[in-house]
This record gives sequence, C-alpha cells and structure tokens, in this order.
Amino acid sequence: MSHSQGFMKALKCRECGHEYALGATHVCEFDFGPLEVAYDYDRIKAELTRAAIQSRPQTMWRYRELLPVAGEPSVGRQVGFTPLVKADRLAKRLGIRELYVKNDAVNYPTLSFKDRVVSVALSRSVELGFKTVACASTGNLANSVAANAAAAGLDCYVFIPHDLEQGKVVNSLVYGANVIGIRGHYDEVNRLCAEIAGKYGWAFVNVNMRPYYAEGSKSMGFEIQEQLGWRVPEHTVVCMASGSLLTKIHKSYQEFTKLGLVPETKWKIHGAQATGCNPITQAQKAGLDFFKPQKPNTIAKSLAIGTPADGFYALRVMKETGGSGDDVTDDEIREGIRMLAECEGIFAETAGGVTVGVAKKLIAQGKIPADSSAVLCITGNGLKTLDAVAGHVGQTREIRPSLREFEALRVADQPELVNA
Amino acid sequence: MIRISIPPTLRRFCGGEETVQVRAGTVADAISQMQGRYHGVRERLCAEDGRIRGSVLVFVNDQDIRFLEEQNTALRPGDEVTIIPAFAGG
Repeated sequence: MSHSQGFMKALKCRECGHEYALGATHVCEFDFGPLEVAYDYDRIKAELTRAAIQSRPQTMWRYRELLPVAGEPSVGRQVGFTPLVKADRLAKRLGIRELYVKNDAVNYPTLSFKDRVVSVALSRSVELGFKTVACASTGNLANSVAANAAAAGLDCYVFIPHDLEQGKVVNSLVYGANVIGIRGHYDEVNRLCAEIAGKYGWAFVNVNMRPYYAEGSKSMGFEIQEQLGWRVPEHTVVCMASGSLLTKIHKSYQEFTKLGLVPETKWKIHGAQATGCNPITQAQKAGLDFFKPQKPNTIAKSLAIGTPADGFYALRVMKETGGSGDDVTDDEIREGIRMLAECEGIFAETAGGVTVGVAKKLIAQGKIPADSSAVLCITGNGLKTLDAVAGHVGQTREIRPSLREFEALRVADQPELVNA
Repeated sequence: MIRISIPPTLRRFCGGEETVQVRAGTVADAISQMQGRYHGVRERLCAEDGRIRGSVLVFVNDQDIRFLEEQNTALRPGDEVTIIPAFAGG
C-alpha cells in the first residue's frame, strides 16, 4: 500500500459526520457520537477484485483494503478464514431447507471471533506507537488481547468481571497478562476502563481504539459471502452483546455489494440475546428504536451487557433489513449448545447456544421461512464455558475393565439385545 | 457542592478542567450550571429535545441515572457525578 493511511480517509462521527484525524480516539467532541473509519472506496474498487482476494493466503487479511490498518498487519496475521459448515443435520432438526454454520469457535489463536477485532486493533495500535494495550472484557476479548499482545511483545492489562468462568480467566493469565478482576458487572468494568483510558496513555482496544477494533468484525461477513460462492445469505442470525458484530456483518454485505464483489440482493439480519440480558431484543419485539438498560442475569456471560453501546444501531439494522430478534432462557441456551454439538459436532460456548436457540424460535415462528437459507454465526468455543453445561449433558457411566459388565450395561440400555 | 468528573472529550469545552464543582438539586440543574460557566456544554451532552444523548452515560455516586430518575435524578451536597461516553462490547 503506497499511501500512508492505507485505504482509510478519516475517522467520521456516525451521528453528525464531523471528521477527525486517524488517531486513537473514539468519540465525537460535538455530540459524543461514536467515530467510524471512512474509506476511499474508489481506490479500493480498483484494487480489490475476486481474483486478487483468491490469490492471497486464507486469513481475514485477504480483505485488507477494507480493514483499517495503514500498512501490512503486524499482529494476528494468521487469524480468520474459519470454516463455513453446511449444516444439513441441524437444518433438518430446526426445520429449514438450507443452513450454514460460520464456525468461529475454531478461530485462531484463542477460539473466538474476538481474534478478528484484536488483530486489527493491535496492528493499528503498533502503527500508532503504543507499547501497552488493554481492554474491558466479558472473557473472550481478554483471552485474545492477552494472547495477541504476548505474541507481539506488548504490555497488556485486561479488566474482567471477578466472577467469570474459570476457563476464561486461566486463558488470559497463561499469557502473562495483568488480569484485573472487578467486583461488578461488565458494564461497571467498562465504566472503570473508560475512566482509566482517559487517564493513562494506553491503547484500550474497545475504548479509544474502538473505531479500528470494531471494523475487524466485518471479516466474518466477508468470509461468509466468499465461502457461499460470492453471494449474500438470505438470512443471518447473529448473537448480540453490544450489538456491534451484527452491525458490522451488515456493513460487510453492504461493502461487498457496493464494490460489485457480490450480486445485489436483499438480506435479513436477525439478532439473538439471552432472556436474562435482552435489552436489544426486548426493544425490537416492542417495535421501539431505543432500549432500556438492564442488570444482566444469564449463563451467557459473554453477552451480558446491559447497556449495549451499539444497541440503537443494531435495532436500526434489524428494522432496515426486515430482520427480527428474539431471546432464549438458560435452559434453551443449553439445548441450543447440545443441538449444535449432536447434529454438527461443533461445541459452542453459551453465546452459540443463544444463536441456535433463537434460530430455532425464528424458524418455528416463520420469521425465517422453512424454505429459505440461513447462516448462523457461532462466535466462541464451548471449552471456555464448561461450567455452564457441566451436569446438563449426561454423566459418565463407570464400569470395571470387564466385558461382562460392559455387556450388562448394553442390555440395560437395550433390553431387546437379550434375545439377539 | 457537587463534584463532576469531566471526560477528556469534554475538557476542551471546560477550560481543560478534569473536575468541576457546582451547586445543583438535580442532574439537569447541574448541566445548566455547567452551561452557564462553559458555553456549549449542554448541546454536547443533550439532544435537541433536552434529554441526555444515548451516547452519553451519567453516573451519580456510581449509579447509572438511567436506573434512577434520568436527568431528574436528585443530587445532594457531596454527591459525585461522572460523565463518560457510552461504551462498546467485549
């Protein structure tokens, strides 16, 4: 890339359009609106062709003109291009003609979609000269920032609610990060981090680096379109915490369409939340364009954000695309995890159970028609949230190392075997 | 007195101050006091209908005012008010 800003033009306020230099800042001075990266789409269109993309390594960086770094990425160069699985058995179980699972449960290196946003945020942080990176996190982001910072040789602080799943805590500590547990909900962690970010000169990936960070999520949508054979799916179901991923999947479909990489078509984007933290889907179902904040209480801790920053924008995307939203209980989340595991051999974390559970509801309600095609976005790995499902997925049955005992067990399961 | 913590984004409009002290009975009153001292603060924090913008979070003694009485939340001497931009996911 020859230009010093790559294909970026400026940071631009989503509300008033005021433009800022491409630094570490995320809020408009005039109305506190969120800043977003503006691109030079004419230059991108001249360079980013299907052939160019296909000639590149199979990582998220094959779409680098549409990602906000000035030069070559320096952190997380191997991230992305996770499998898009044609999920025929799950399709049959849910009652839909065609279903795909975009499986970021196996994203590299920390098994969640957060590796996408972190590789962008840290690559840009290095470009801007930062030596210390940090984040407020419900777990997955902490894991990814800790791992990618370690690999890049950056100092790292991660701030998490004190009661996170053990798997997510250990998965941050092992990389040598400074892990700070805050006695409070994620929203309180985030509030503290907003204050710390204002005082310390660090790159907080989801505070002052947020305009860059959030753009990384688009790569999940770019990959879906390429892996479907260069087309936008009719229906996409996305779980929502802040709502940012849903808006960026939509943006990825808009950008590929605008650049002529996929044919123009209509698509619907549906949002999924846990009933124990459903500010966005509650507003969607009530037909409102604003949400009421909540105090979360759900096993889907990675989605437990009661004051979602992008909630307003997620509601707008669902409305504009004709999509819908719904939420599921803790038991329905566990059922969703089991369905995905039993049908497709994919073990998702609780957020994945939310996506599958809500897809089941929307198909049953006809909001995703039975004769249509849908993509489910799975964002994290079940090995990180074992606590949420342990005791709900059956028990090991123990026997001595004896063939007789094994055969007795089989007969107990299937009495007809006695006469076989 | 009420002590208000000013976020970096707003400090340019508040003479560079990190904190401001006001006498006020409600959050709305406190914003009016600030507006009187630093012109332009209100339009940054509030939409045209006078309500605090969705992109702005206000806490009184660590309580989000959206769980209280929003801009009508009462203030007492010694209370601490914190203003920060809305935050993203993680």
